[in-house]
Amino acid sequence: MVLAESTNHAIADPGRVFLEEVIARTGPSCRLDMCIQCGTCGGSCPSADDMDHTPRTLFAMIRAGMREQVLRSNTPWMCVSCYLCTVRCPQDVRITDVMYTLKNMAVASHAYPDSTAPDFSRAFIRNVETFGRSFEVGLTAQHYLRHYLTRLPSMAPMGISMLRSGRMGLTPPRRIRGMRGLKRILARAKALEAAS
Amino acid sequence: MSEYLYYPGCSMDSSGRSYRDSLEAVTAPLGITLREIDDWNCCGATEYLGLSRLPAYALIARNLALAEQARNGTNTLVAPCSACFLNLSKTNHAMAEDAAFGAQVNDALAAGDLHYDPDSLRIRHLLDVVVREVGLETVRSRVTRPLRGLKLAPYLGCMVPRPDYDGRWSDPEHPSELDRLLAALGAEVVDYPLKTECCGGHMTQIGPSTAFSMIRRLVDAAERAGADMMVTICPMCQMNIDAFQGEMNAHFHTSHRMPIVFFTQVMGLAFGMAPEAVGFGRELVDARPALARISDEPVPEAEPARVRRPGRPKGPALPMPQMPEAGEVTR
Amino acid sequence: MNAERQEGASAAPDAPEDLRIGVYVCHCGSNIAGTVDVGAVRAWAETNLRDRGVVVARDYRFMCSSLGQELIEEDIRERGVNRVVVAACSPHLHERTFRTACENAGLNPYLCELVSIREQDSWVHSDRAAATDKARAIVAGGVERVRHHEELRPLRVPIHPATLVVGGGIGGISAALELANAGYPVYLVEREPSLGGHMAQFDKTFPTLDCSACILTPRMVEAGSHPNITLLTYSEVENVSGYVGNFTVTIRRRARQVDEETCTGCGVCWEKCPVNVIDTHFEAGLGYRKAIYVPFAQAVPKYPVIDREHCTYYLKGTCKACEKFCPPQAIRFDQEDEILTVEVGNIVLATGFKLFDARRIPQYGYGRLPNVFTSLEFERLSNAAGPTGGRVVLRDGVTEPKSVGIVHCVGSRDRAYNNYCSAICCMQSLKFAHLVREHTGATVYEFYIDMRTPAKGYDEFYQRLLEEGTVFIRGKVAAISPGAGTPEEDGKLVIHVEDTLAGRQRRIPVDMVILSAGIEPQDDAKEVAKQFGISCSFEGWMIERHPKLDPVATMTEGVLLAGTVQGPKDIPATVAQGAAASARILGRIQQGEIALEPVRATVDASMCSGCRICNDLCPFNAIVFHEDRMVTEVNPALCQGCGTCIAACPAGAISGTGFSNEQILAQIEGLLMERVARPVEREAVPA
Repeated sequence: MVLAESTNHAIADPGRVFLEEVIARTGPSCRLDMCIQCGTCGGSCPSADDMDHTPRTLFAMIRAGMREQVLRSNTPWMCVSCYLCTVRCPQDVRITDVMYTLKNMAVASHAYPDSTAPDFSRAFIRNVETFGRSFEVGLTAQHYLRHYLTRLPSMAPMGISMLRSGRMGLTPPRRIRGMRGLKRILARAKALEAAS
Repeated sequence: MSEYLYYPGCSMDSSGRSYRDSLEAVTAPLGITLREIDDWNCCGATEYLGLSRLPAYALIARNLALAEQARNGTNTLVAPCSACFLNLSKTNHAMAEDAAFGAQVNDALAAGDLHYDPDSLRIRHLLDVVVREVGLETVRSRVTRPLRGLKLAPYLGCMVPRPDYDGRWSDPEHPSELDRLLAALGAEVVDYPLKTECCGGHMTQIGPSTAFSMIRRLVDAAERAGADMMVTICPMCQMNIDAFQGEMNAHFHTSHRMPIVFFTQVMGLAFGMAPEAVGFGRELVDARPALARISDEPVPEAEPARVRRPGRPKGPALPMPQMPEAGEVTR
Repeated sequence: MNAERQEGASAAPDAPEDLRIGVYVCHCGSNIAGTVDVGAVRAWAETNLRDRGVVVARDYRFMCSSLGQELIEEDIRERGVNRVVVAACSPHLHERTFRTACENAGLNPYLCELVSIREQDSWVHSDRAAATDKARAIVAGGVERVRHHEELRPLRVPIHPATLVVGGGIGGISAALELANAGYPVYLVEREPSLGGHMAQFDKTFPTLDCSACILTPRMVEAGSHPNITLLTYSEVENVSGYVGNFTVTIRRRARQVDEETCTGCGVCWEKCPVNVIDTHFEAGLGYRKAIYVPFAQAVPKYPVIDREHCTYYLKGTCKACEKFCPPQAIRFDQEDEILTVEVGNIVLATGFKLFDARRIPQYGYGRLPNVFTSLEFERLSNAAGPTGGRVVLRDGVTEPKSVGIVHCVGSRDRAYNNYCSAICCMQSLKFAHLVREHTGATVYEFYIDMRTPAKGYDEFYQRLLEEGTVFIRGKVAAISPGAGTPEEDGKLVIHVEDTLAGRQRRIPVDMVILSAGIEPQDDAKEVAKQFGISCSFEGWMIERHPKLDPVATMTEGVLLAGTVQGPKDIPATVAQGAAASARILGRIQQGEIALEPVRATVDASMCSGCRICNDLCPFNAIVFHEDRMVTEVNPALCQGCGTCIAACPAGAISGTGFSNEQILAQIEGLLMERVARPVEREAVPA
């Protein structure tokens, strides 16, 4: 039967609502609603072993409306953005982009319990928002002191070698000249995003 | 001299110093001029996208807007870093594909008096420009010291051939571009099946054990393939495999020592430049000892392959499927 | 041409004052009435179109019912209605119904016009007021158009009793035998040297595990020796002209370099031939044949062919071993292709499929990893007549696998390759699993997305495989790589997959992988479609007349389909379709002649500039160009009235009976008339 526009009634299923929200935040062409649960993504993912759910399971959980469990999952944070799932997906679902969206939503709702990954992203962005450039030493030092104190001894030789070979500077990068403009752009973007 | 807009990215000034030094050394022989975008900012790597979408794209789009202003006759924007290349092309693609989203990004840019028209720039990775614009013929003609006897494992990592918004690469998983370039330098290119697998990305920072298994897999496969060193096109890959190899070895109680350098470095070497002049020696796993394998003996010209009549081989083995010639379309 | 009894337009159009138009608006239950205010459309037509000749307007729940038809018939008989406009569904569905109603009441059926307010209106809109407005416009267009209709008579053409069957696989063989057994002549054309198609390559058939050769060979022999079948193997159709009932077909019989009259099929020639060629066709690249060969032992016909590309004589001018040793001296190096012309009334296309090229998915390693096999390779491997004599072994030709992974959906259900389901792979994979266990006792893994077993005995077969201990893992295989690193993976192939039912990524080491490659249209499907004047889908599957109610015919009268040429299907469905196509043809032949729609294009020679733009556009090859007079002419018996040439003619020299410029422009004006809510002044219509 041919569907008329009128059949597109409001969908009340909570899973569908959550799914639509993820799609809307990712962009209309992400095609998450087209997932056939084949598992190509989970089979392809280089970090699936460390995920609490495979990407495919996560998509099933989204459809089931398991919002809290999805946003608490470490899966998006284990994603290395290698896009292998995306190019192999038989349904052209933009899986990597969906993972970014889930991270955004987890950060916004403070749902994800382990702060290592979000903190790293925040620290990275703080540098960018301060200097307009990233600052590897500052970032690493900051991050390791907070999350990997025990890792520091084994890292020290590496740090020294990096300094010696001129691949790491101790001083922060020079601030870009257009920093004020960049700040205005980011402020506007955040305001727009909050409003949408 | 072809001129390109150039977005270096943050790592070229720090961990990717040898990439910058070698790139600056080879632009003249390749006949290209790179015009750096004035006052560019960090692309946010994979971090900003994970926090919030629109600000992440706006951050990247500022660079596109600056590049668009600086066009002056060329509209190709070149990035040597994989993450930067992907972010720039991802942003252009997202803005072009979804006009409403493009308008939102421009709304944000307007706060800094900037604007970007989607698709007004062609965004390309440096390797793509060298292979397709400069061309392998030109590269070959600049070689004064062929890298004979040096066994190289071509390693592109993930973000350049995937997701390939503009359809430029021969394959998203097994692209041949870097192999062909290294062969043009006279090196022996080993078959490296993991050439586009992930190096672990930011997992070295946030989930080291995950990253270490990936690094181990890559290094181990390069060793098995008999490579003297890996050659990459990505600062993040180089950093992870080089700088974290020690920690990885400690983690697994292994003793891998697989050097990894940038493709511009081996290009410079083949163009006759001194190793140190193109950044050799800055890597933590020293690549210089392997350079001794380069042989100055000319390799005898291989006899042209005889056209073989298909015959029935002795023994019980079954024939392998016949593979298509390079470029042959199978459908 | 055999269309002498064609009659075109006859009676002159009635004078405008004589026009008595009836308008009938259908509710189609709620299909139309749910969205369109049917009563309002009727009332509007009755009042506002009165000055256009409408004398009666009615609405009814189902116009196509016998009561609905009677309304029309009564108005024709009793109220003198002489033009009919029915506003209902698409003409595809019910044009014939309403034309017949008119005819029953004594009105020429071509004075009836069916306009669609369902497919083009109620089904695609939700705004009731707007949909009702649109229905008014559509009705007005129909009324304006029907004013220009003329009485037409269908063309009647005789049917030639012979049939051409293209393709000698099981579909073509079935169709040919049905026709031949009914007593009518058949030309059975096959591109390969033997009948049999893909079925001849198979070892067993699912779900009964019948030996494929055992059930196919008798059919091949029957077709090969049937007195009513002219078997043309190693032959291809070069050209098709004509129309239903009267096709003229040119066939190229490629030279076998063997005299069929003399050859006894003894096999000495291929024993003596020194040239070994990898048989990429019948043996799927897994075995060898000679340069002179029959594809397989039971080939029909039994005569060999010489493969000129590999024969030493054709390459170097020497050898001639086959000729030297041939007992009856049947080798003919100088034999040339033969062109044959035959007349047939109907055509069955049964040209089959080709296997998806698994090299297109690099991560599955086919062609790179020796022990990855395709489904067709496995068929040959497990076949007792195959290159290993039925031993299921690895590429080394010796080692039996201890574990085998079977990958479903290779190249199917994947937007990067083919969107569709290939329909046969699940069952074929189950069959493989059974055969692997039977031959080797190996552990078998099946990797599937969905298990599809929807026909008689199919799910029972799945149950059987479960009982046999097959390991089913639900997950599309992500990649296949050479094993490395651990003792259990060394020397094996590793299948990377998510076990979706366990929600875990798994690496499964196996000795052998079988890729259940999907099926695709033949490479030349698009050219074949063009040659036979039918359409094919984007992928290349031939398009049937109706996907449900007429999956056998095509939109071109006299061209029918059998088997996978139409879309993926299994052997029983192919055989059934072959028989159905034949039944349709037998009905035709027995009627002796066929009525054709009189909708035809005609060229006004005085206006034709001879530009020839239309010449190559005609999908039915109905246009001829007269070099002497420099004008184009349309052969009315070939023309199907599609209108392509009419639209393309820059001089407006071509018009269509039933679709004249006058009629089309009048309909457009009618459609627009509603928008301005008053009848427009009619401008002079360009001729």
